[in-house]
Amino acid sequence: MKNRLPILLLISGLAVLSYVGYAQTGSPDASKFDGKWLRRVTDEDHARHSPFAGQPQAAAAGKLIFAENCAKCHGAEANGRSTPPARPSLRSERVRHATDGDIAWLLRNGNPYKGMPSWSSLPEQQRWQVIAFLRTLPPAK
Amino acid sequence: MPFRFFGQPKLLTLVAVFFLAPLLHAQEKPYFVTYSADLEEPGNLEIAFNGLAAAPKGSNAFSNHTLELEYGATAWWTAEFYAQAQSTANDSTVFTGFRIENRFRPLPREYWVTPAIYIEYEQVSDADKSILEVTGNDGIDKFRDTNAESRKSIAHTLEGKLLLSSNLRGWNISENFIAEKNMNNNPWEFGYAVAASRPLALAGGVTRCIFCRQNFALGAEIYGGLGTRYAFGFRDTSHYAGPTVNFRIPSGPTVSFSPQFGLSDNSVGTLWRFEVAYEVQQLRDLFHANLTHTKEVR
Repeated sequence: MKNRLPILLLISGLAVLSYVGYAQTGSPDASKFDGKWLRRVTDEDHARHSPFAGQPQAAAAGKLIFAENCAKCHGAEANGRSTPPARPSLRSERVRHATDGDIAWLLRNGNPYKGMPSWSSLPEQQRWQVIAFLRTLPPAK
Repeated sequence: MPFRFFGQPKLLTLVAVFFLAPLLHAQEKPYFVTYSADLEEPGNLEIAFNGLAAAPKGSNAFSNHTLELEYGATAWWTAEFYAQAQSTANDSTVFTGFRIENRFRPLPREYWVTPAIYIEYEQVSDADKSILEVTGNDGIDKFRDTNAESRKSIAHTLEGKLLLSSNLRGWNISENFIAEKNMNNNPWEFGYAVAASRPLALAGGVTRCIFCRQNFALGAEIYGGLGTRYAFGFRDTSHYAGPTVNFRIPSGPTVSFSPQFGLSDNSVGTLWRFEVAYEVQQLRDLFHANLTHTKEVR
């Protein structure tokens, strides 16, 4: 029994964490996409400009990177989804009104307690290319 | 009920996902021992096979095989299960044990040095030859016992690591500090691992290609033991270092390779490591009723 105690403790801990994790990121409620992350963006980051702004080639590269890394959650058309677990659209007014610097901040830091992982391991150039692609998307209807 | 299996749509879907779904590359670093602060993307399952071959001086050559299942439980928590086995020339093939580990990102944003916490329970026998965690005075001596002898001794171990990681100008630099406690009344043991890597190209290409430079990453890692609570330091410890490379096949697996070289008398001369990792996307979607991307969410 002594040797099984660590396993029991570990399993119990994982069960608690699973519940917490589900409550935070597995929730079917789309209202969690409240845009509060924008308040955490520093002025310096907010004012940053994309080095690839307006470059069609960067947007074309960003489309491939998006398909490889982002589409699995946000959808191939970046429309998000309402079915559980809900994911935000990247064509929304909020994203369209956010600056390139805001989105770059989000990609670097993520919003882990709302389900968005950090993409800091993706090279910065590729994150800017994704932003260039997002800027080519038409608004949601 | 011989066909009951085929009457379960969720099970069939699960099987289909494993074999038919696009297998994506993760944010993989070409490290074998060192952890970066990167976590598995939430909902994704990575399946990896990690192999090691070596021929220690004065011992039989061996190969070690580790199956890794890594699941992104949330954006701040990744859980992983390892099952290990090894084959020794002129001896036998044995299952050596399992490990359950969890990695957490305690802070909600990135910093110059981003920390992550690693907690692990492992139940492995002395026959383990994975050399994935070098702590205390682990060394070449343990490879001299036969599998029949060494598999009798099973260690129950708790291990904690502080993972530090920095991303700067395309480079990733990661440092791990390891503390391990064998539950059988052994002293705390310590170890370290340090690694750095960089993709060959930082920007993505405009066309889809397999052998583009951005799909390759080169790096190096060094790791070893730091003795025990009572004998902290480099004395009678083993250390390894070597270059590493990985190749991320678009919509396919990531293949990694590394020759690693022993740096002390207590180390194995050369380790040949390789790994193949597949990432199954959004596994958790299978457990929700509606899988279609239908309505837009603002």
